Amino acid sequence: MASNNKKIMGMDQDKFSMFLSKYGITLVLLVMIIIVAIIQPRFIAPANLLNILTQISVNCLLAFGMCLAITTGGIELTVGAQLALVSCILGALASKGGMNIVLACVIAVGVATLFGFINGFLISKFNMFPFVVTLSTQLITRSLAQIISNGQAIPMSIGNFPQVYSGYLGPIPLPIIYMLVVFVVMYILMHQTRFGRYVYAVGGNVNAAIASGVNVFWVRTACYTISGFLAGLAGIIITAKTTSGQSNIGIGYETDAVAACVLGGTSFAGGISTAPGVVIGAIMIGCIYTGMNFLRIGSYYQQLAKGLIIIGAIMLDMAVSKKNR
Amino acid sequence: MKALDNKTQSPSGYVLECHGISKAFGGTQALKDVQLEILPGEVHALLGENGAGKSTLMKIIIGLYKQDEGTIKVNGKPFQARGPVDAINNGISMIHQELNPEPHLTIAEAIFLNRESTKGRWFLDKKAQNERAEAILRKFNFPFPATTVMSKLTLAQMQMIEIIKAVSCDAKIIIMDEPTSSLDSEETDHLFETIRDLKKQGVAIIYISHRMEEIFEICDRTSVFRDGTYVGTKSLEGVTRNELISMMVGRQVDSIFPKVDCEIGKTVFKVEGLTGKGFENISFEVHAGEILGLSGLVGSGRSETMRAIFGLDPLTSGKMYLEGQEIRIKKPRDAIKRGICMVNEDRKGYGLCLQRSLRENISLPNLPDKQPGLVIDQKREKQECEDVARLLTVKAASIEHTGFSLSGGNQQKVVLAKWVMANPKVLILDEPTRGVDVGAKSDIHSLMCKFAANGLAVIMISSELPEVMGMSDRILIYHEGKLNGEIMRKDILSGAVTQKEILAKEFGQ
Repeated sequence: MASNNKKIMGMDQDKFSMFLSKYGITLVLLVMIIIVAIIQPRFIAPANLLNILTQISVNCLLAFGMCLAITTGGIELTVGAQLALVSCILGALASKGGMNIVLACVIAVGVATLFGFINGFLISKFNMFPFVVTLSTQLITRSLAQIISNGQAIPMSIGNFPQVYSGYLGPIPLPIIYMLVVFVVMYILMHQTRFGRYVYAVGGNVNAAIASGVNVFWVRTACYTISGFLAGLAGIIITAKTTSGQSNIGIGYETDAVAACVLGGTSFAGGISTAPGVVIGAIMIGCIYTGMNFLRIGSYYQQLAKGLIIIGAIMLDMAVSKKNR
Repeated sequence: MKALDNKTQSPSGYVLECHGISKAFGGTQALKDVQLEILPGEVHALLGENGAGKSTLMKIIIGLYKQDEGTIKVNGKPFQARGPVDAINNGISMIHQELNPEPHLTIAEAIFLNRESTKGRWFLDKKAQNERAEAILRKFNFPFPATTVMSKLTLAQMQMIEIIKAVSCDAKIIIMDEPTSSLDSEETDHLFETIRDLKKQGVAIIYISHRMEEIFEICDRTSVFRDGTYVGTKSLEGVTRNELISMMVGRQVDSIFPKVDCEIGKTVFKVEGLTGKGFENISFEVHAGEILGLSGLVGSGRSETMRAIFGLDPLTSGKMYLEGQEIRIKKPRDAIKRGICMVNEDRKGYGLCLQRSLRENISLPNLPDKQPGLVIDQKREKQECEDVARLLTVKAASIEHTGFSLSGGNQQKVVLAKWVMANPKVLILDEPTRGVDVGAKSDIHSLMCKFAANGLAVIMISSELPEVMGMSDRILIYHEGKLNGEIMRKDILSGAVTQKEILAKEFGQ
């Protein structure tokens, strides 16, 4: 590779393709933003950008959990339904039952974490397929939410609970702060701890991980448990946003979480992903939605465009990383 | 369309002729100008030690590989199989050592896989297919109806189905690779009966086996290969085992081994009566500063023993002692913690996460030891990994590159680096130089001597006799899961023990 000294944009080809594979998706995102901004300059107004970031916070949290699952070679389809369960538990405990809201939140997040643990346990202990396990728990979780709420929305305008979503820290909306905190923690966890290394090793080559002394069972179980915990947090945020406990929220959210991961360079083959990539992926999904609203593209076309953009981005990524091997 | 037809017999009388076949993989010459001639209705044994080129030639014949040079004739006509299916259509079937049946298929479905009976163009005709299968099964006295699922059969019966399938495809040549390796003696007898029946029908059988007794019992002629070359063909009548073994030995020593004799200290690791899948009652000890070579044919239980010691496979019985203390190892983590490390023979499978950086790979087993803190000290990690990579002469632009970017030899050095960093007491190397270029190979040999000089106990498995003889202080010889002899380096150096004697022990003499 070193012998090939053709220069592209002032870098030799080797360096250029390294650069592309690392930042390619970010470039696509920037190009997207620029195109929309040219047509509708309001798109890049600070207020709108903050708005986009606020809206993606729930998806971003779910995507981090999803990212762990995909990196170990699995998938986590429960996350959307977990939002509904958390929301209904909060509604039943705090709104109907009059429980202290903080305690209710702790319990709700605990239940979501427990479901994550159950997913992980079934997958790693019995070697069941993650797709099947999490699809089943998705049904169970959603059903529990309906049972708890009896299918009805429970109003949740208790005290200043809605402030969890609509509050500000200085000029910054709180959901962005949560996202930032989770990002920092996940970045350290994935890239700077032993646990993170084990996650990548298990996803990269499970036999090599075992032969290197990694406890595959605990690594896998922990990934799904963390995902459950993050879905629990996301559930609180979304409940504060809708100010009601509902069993029908979060439908299809797992799809957006998968999309954010994949756009962010998470490989379905396992063993490859980055924490910043997940955030970029989530921002991209947010921009696609808002950008299309700005361009006055009808909502019926939005899913179509999203699907096409994801396929295109992945093909681009594959072409780049193939060159890099 | 059939290249094989009894009416069009070759003028030479051979049903299969291979001449001047050469094949290289990368820089390794697997076959050099070899020949093989098979008569109709004979059972022809292929003999040679590990890596002599037998399987490569078979894979060329059934079209899995293409030879670089040379011609193959079937019934006197040039023939080049485009793949196993093409070979089967032309009367050549191979029964692989590792049977790969579809367990949920019925016998009839397995026999007629890819050539199902159909009604019209689109629809399966199960009834007709089952009837056809029953007819064939009756001919072979097979004790199950055609509608039985494959998973109900024993290994021997599945193998019989493979043979029946071959015959039903009108095979005129059947290649059997170690067909008796998983059969008991009764099943073997039954197989031999079937082989004799096939002979009577004029089917030629190419029989690959390491078991001399069987070869003398069932085969008519044998062709011997050595180090990718053809040695000769002999009728098995009037030839002795010793003569055959003499033909097999003499593999070229292609490099001078850098073995340095160093002081051999006290016993570091000892096992007693280890028994598990593929090996039984293995006892040995290995000393500080010693390189212990394990020699034996592929599948003789060497790797299986080492995998069990390292905790990758379970042991059924036996004891292990490290520095005099009895230890129990349930999983690799236990072994690594105590200072027993293993370089697996399957580098891609058990060695590296190729998509991750060399740094991550090297430090993976060493994180609990070297990085006990909450957060990894990346600067120190980088320094330590760079040091060990330099020590092992890993050739890579930087340790941040992925495993994909390295050659086989350098990947192997990275695997070694992992374990060197773990600072082990016992280092097990399973085929450490397989698929590695000459330069890296000699580097790895020098490193092994360096490890031993530092007081490590090194256990090396190798299928290359010259490597085992050139590198080991002591050699243990495996035969069918048991130890069958021990040889000291001084006896090799003095010429008291030769390749021929080691090979004879590997073949169970």
